[in-house]
Amino acid sequence: MRTRRSTRAGQYLALVCYLVFLAFPFLWLVSTAFKPPRELGSLHPTWIPRDPTLGNFRQAFDEQPLLEAALNSLLAALSAALIAVVIATPMAYVMARHRTKLSAAATGWVVVSQAFPFVLVIIPLFLILKNLHLVNSLPGLITVYVVWSLPFALWMLVGYVRAVPRELEEAAAVDGASRLRTLVSVIAPLLAPGVVATALFAFITAWNEFFFALVLLKTPEKQTLPVVLTHFLGAEGVADLGPLAAAAFLATLPSLVVFALIQKRITGGMTAGAVKG
Amino acid sequence: MPPEGVESVTLQTAKSRSGTKSGGGAWFLVLPALIPILILSVGPLLYGTALAFTDSQSGRTTPTQWIGLLNFQDLLRDTLFWDSFRIGLLWAVGVTVPQFLLALGLALLLNQNLRFRWLARALAIIPWAMPEVVVGIMWRLVYNPDAGILNETVRDFGLGDGRDWLTGLATALPAVILVGIWAGMPQTTVALLAGLQNTPHELHEAAALDGAGAWRRFRTVTWPAIKPVALAITALNFIWNFNSFALVYVLTNGGPGGRTRLPMLFAYEQAFRYGQFGYAAAMGCVMVAVISVMLACYLVGRLKGGDDQ
Repeated sequence: MRTRRSTRAGQYLALVCYLVFLAFPFLWLVSTAFKPPRELGSLHPTWIPRDPTLGNFRQAFDEQPLLEAALNSLLAALSAALIAVVIATPMAYVMARHRTKLSAAATGWVVVSQAFPFVLVIIPLFLILKNLHLVNSLPGLITVYVVWSLPFALWMLVGYVRAVPRELEEAAAVDGASRLRTLVSVIAPLLAPGVVATALFAFITAWNEFFFALVLLKTPEKQTLPVVLTHFLGAEGVADLGPLAAAAFLATLPSLVVFALIQKRITGGMTAGAVKG
Repeated sequence: MPPEGVESVTLQTAKSRSGTKSGGGAWFLVLPALIPILILSVGPLLYGTALAFTDSQSGRTTPTQWIGLLNFQDLLRDTLFWDSFRIGLLWAVGVTVPQFLLALGLALLLNQNLRFRWLARALAIIPWAMPEVVVGIMWRLVYNPDAGILNETVRDFGLGDGRDWLTGLATALPAVILVGIWAGMPQTTVALLAGLQNTPHELHEAAALDGAGAWRRFRTVTWPAIKPVALAITALNFIWNFNSFALVYVLTNGGPGGRTRLPMLFAYEQAFRYGQFGYAAAMGCVMVAVISVMLACYLVGRLKGGDDQ
């Protein structure tokens, strides 16, 4: 379509405004992370650090148990993602292939669970986990994360199963393959990329999660990265800006990397859901 | 379009055959997910609702008792609750509406054949991938009264000495609302972009040939095509925002003087700072009621939209 030159100019101007709006907080975070204390205290902060330093990163590790927190986060997010995908994939298969009342109910639950205020779920979960002596423990948190990530895991996986042509299964059945054999050698390889994308998405959401971790994890050595990050803020909100920025920047890197890897698949899956839903 | 035709045929055959194929094997596949869902999701939901009608507290020695609607009566008299409720609605509307308009603008731009739009797409994903806690920390660095870039920009443009945005009584809520808008941009933009890409290009060209201006084309071609997505994402955004916690917890922790105490912060404080489990659960029930009303409005809107076409 032809577009007038003035319109084009306006469009580029708007695009630049969006780019600035979207990018500047993140650039500021990165800039602050590399600034020495002297520049952080200056009354006229600059965008680019004059004497970039890694001191903030070292200080961040000295001030808070960042490494332990990162390991806790990794363990919680990995386990939750793996378990969620392993138990969700068979159910998603059934939901996609069989139109039963159960599938309808599960779909309804997926939608409704997105709308629930977590506080109504966390109080009873806290009481239950406390009775099981699973408060302040990673297994307790992982259990909560598994259930919490099931709805969108199911949502994504159902879409991926639907994308696998039914004819393939029928052809395998005609060739005399058993049901299980068909699932394992025909469906599973085709479904694998979608399952991996779902697992990675579940990983990021668990890695980033804060509310459940804040409520369930009490002692610093058990806490996950987002909870430990808030300790940098201090009691009165007075914070050591450099280490705070450095730690926050480090905590973001894994999810940014993973997100960059699976971005297309997530937006693809989301859009399919959004358009059809 | 052939691919769509093929798909619809497959779906139909799938439907006609489903009755014969769903055997007992399906249960075996469903149970591993169904059991945790029932025990750890549906169960707590019912348990939580029941708690709202009790005097459950943390660390009490006497047994918990049913107290009927007492928690709800107390809530109605609690000015802090009404404040948080009002702030929650202000926040949800204040984030959802501008966010939708901004995201629509960005989606329309990204749908154009512009250079550097890959960069905008890449950047637009950043807020999505970041932990909410980091988003909060990052904006605290931006808003920092001395070392923050916002005040420095204000000073550069000669607009005064700047201020402490997050602790000012008047500026705190708008300041956190801006962060909320920023943080939720990607999801909204992606959803709207998907709607736009589903719009048949021919319709646009036909409308343009007929001499329709940009606004008219938007109203008659683009908007009807993206309306279902727009409604869905707006309803979801409103609900997510009404329920949000981490961002504001990190930015202001509800301050100054409760000016940014969202409903979830209020409920969290009641439950885990003061140990009032029953009271907080009642608050959760009220939030569910509000959200249900929102969902009902959305469904009615969607049904009406269906009648139009």
